[in-house]
Amino acid sequence: MNSDPACGGKRKQALYEYKKVYPRKVYGTFRKLKWAAVVVLLAIWHLAPFLRWDRGPGAPDQAILIDMAGRRAYLYNIEIWPQEVYYLTGLLILAAIGLFFVTALLGRVWCGFACWQTVYTDLFVWIEELFEGDRNERMKRDGQPTSVGKLLRKAGKNVVWAAVSLLTGLAFALYFQDAYQGVRDVFTGQASKATYGFMVLFGGFCWLLAGYAREQVCIYMCPWPRFQAAMFDEDSLVVSYEGWRGEPRGHYKKGHDFAERGHCVDCRLCVHVCPTGIDIRNGSQLACIGCALCVDACNSVMDRFGLPRGLISYDSVDNMAARSKGLPPRIRLIRGRTIGYVAIMGLVGSIMLYTLLNRSTTEVNVLHERSPLYVTLSDGSIRNGYVFKVLNMVRETRSFELKLAGVEGATFSAIGLPTEQDGTRIVLPVAPDAVADFQVFVTARRDALAGKRTDLQFLLTDLETGKTIVHKTMFAGPEQ
Amino acid sequence: MATNVEKDPVTGQYTTGHEWDGIKELNTPLPKWWVYVFYACTLWAIYEWVVMPAWPTADGYTKGIEGYSTRGELAKELAAVKESRKGWITRFEAASVEQIAADPELRKYAIAGGRAMFAENCAPCHGSGGAGAYGYPTLADDEWIWGGSLADVHQTIAYGVRNTNPQSRQGIMLRFGVDGLLTPDQIGQAADYVVALSKGEKGDAAGTELYAQQCAACHGESGEGMAALGAPALNNGIWLYKGGKEDLVKQITNPKHGDMPAWAERLDAATVKQLAVYVHSLGGGK
Repeated sequence: MNSDPACGGKRKQALYEYKKVYPRKVYGTFRKLKWAAVVVLLAIWHLAPFLRWDRGPGAPDQAILIDMAGRRAYLYNIEIWPQEVYYLTGLLILAAIGLFFVTALLGRVWCGFACWQTVYTDLFVWIEELFEGDRNERMKRDGQPTSVGKLLRKAGKNVVWAAVSLLTGLAFALYFQDAYQGVRDVFTGQASKATYGFMVLFGGFCWLLAGYAREQVCIYMCPWPRFQAAMFDEDSLVVSYEGWRGEPRGHYKKGHDFAERGHCVDCRLCVHVCPTGIDIRNGSQLACIGCALCVDACNSVMDRFGLPRGLISYDSVDNMAARSKGLPPRIRLIRGRTIGYVAIMGLVGSIMLYTLLNRSTTEVNVLHERSPLYVTLSDGSIRNGYVFKVLNMVRETRSFELKLAGVEGATFSAIGLPTEQDGTRIVLPVAPDAVADFQVFVTARRDALAGKRTDLQFLLTDLETGKTIVHKTMFAGPEQ
Repeated sequence: MATNVEKDPVTGQYTTGHEWDGIKELNTPLPKWWVYVFYACTLWAIYEWVVMPAWPTADGYTKGIEGYSTRGELAKELAAVKESRKGWITRFEAASVEQIAADPELRKYAIAGGRAMFAENCAPCHGSGGAGAYGYPTLADDEWIWGGSLADVHQTIAYGVRNTNPQSRQGIMLRFGVDGLLTPDQIGQAADYVVALSKGEKGDAAGTELYAQQCAACHGESGEGMAALGAPALNNGIWLYKGGKEDLVKQITNPKHGDMPAWAERLDAATVKQLAVYVHSLGGGK
């Protein structure tokens, strides 16, 4: 039995093993940076919907607004229509390449400082500390049997967590509606089911991921840590332990001379402060989110022992190798891959800017009526129906002149609109910021047609600017 | 009862305590979360029995205290839709078809509503978009057998053609061949004349005379037709039953007549008005 080949005679290691992480409080440069990131990013997230931007009467005055019902997205002076959603693709490409760029340059700063998961975990751990104390106290209490005091502390923590989570969900919902009105509605019970639903959904995940899942999101759920290493090179900044200086490690005892032993005193402070619960002394690893809190922790210990800082440092592989040999440090920001990333970002950014500056304020869609394709009229001429759609992306009423070209002697009419110049000119009024559709009938003599398909052009001229849009379509007729 | 529970040295798990011919089984209980979910589902099932329709009975099924049924939900939704349309419906009821067509807002709604109702009720015969078919007039062209004004179209849709409704359009062509009103030769001459007429040409003397005597009363001196009698125009290329000589001979000998239901008997007044505005918009009417 012991030699069962299927299990190799011993128990396999589990794929997933959960060990609760109790991050310890830490003070230092990177902790300050992280707090700054938390404050700035949360402020942007929660306050951005309240920014105003005047777009004139009748238009929403929210600077950043995604109006689902009205099918518009507003970003300051940019107004995006549904068919222009490819700008979102551009933004996502920029964000992705930006992430690669920053990673190549500075390592996992996104993971350690800017990611939602990091920001909210920081905030939630801070709230947890308020109710349950620092690492040791929390571990001790979790080991004790359930008591009223323990329950109250846990409940209090969860209430504050839930409040923060719901506010986070609310902030999300506010990007889709008027923020001031939205806040009023939510607190007076008037908000839509969607708003409350998103508060609970978004907030629920916030509570779950930042409150309970925490580092497991980074280790097991997030795809980014799995492939971000591809962006690294020997000049990227990573959090590393200088083994050549730290080893052999050991507890400090009176009389030890640091010249004869490693500088690591094995205090495990770097492990205790780590939000993902890893030991950085084992080398660079997937679970390290690059937050550099262990750098702060180790520096405080080095200071206490009067040893040089930087046993754990936020540094590049090359730089550390140089230091180990006593060479001067070198920082290379301009490298093949950083140049490449900047070039791609510049290219995508320029394309977006160019299309944004040159985008047309009018768009024409013409649908040729397909049933019937054409009809023969009593005088023998052929008539085709078209649904003519004009998108007016400007916030003022505009008039367009519609004319025909391509079929000799063709005339047309539109339901509900007068025709001018013997049926060769129609003036189309289009309301501001709207799509207007017109039913247009084009009639042509049969001998003017080229057969089953004749090319036909609609010429749409803006009466104010004189700009003409030519829309090519076809005119169907019987076989000649 | 399980009495002989042992610890298995290999896995570290306990056995069930049972032994069958020397075979012992490891006690691997269901995960706790699974058991709790199972209990919760059981409770939920009991709740569903009480609240929702659940058990068949001899004469139906238990209704549950909420009395829920999908049919009832549908009825509620339909009532809500009806309620939401009420404003428009009353406006359509109050306005004439001409008023609806002249008001851009009402016209837009009427055409949208008419399009949907047309697809459901009219398109099976007249084709989508009023494309027409053999024996079913094209509604997108400019020939209107019973008149192409808004009022005419509305009248035709509301009361139909050649049906039992007292206000129905009536009009029958004589059976010139079957009833012996004309000889086959004469029918041939008349058909020749009509073919020429439809091409804008002049027919021969015999045909001209025949037409003037027998046909012009209904179809008009120059074949322009007469909407009041439902006599179609013959001076164009638009034909309900095709326009070749043979087709015309058949039609003159023993005429075919289509009919159409009185839609006012099936649809409400507002819908019939919307349909009229939509159909009129298909080809611009007359």
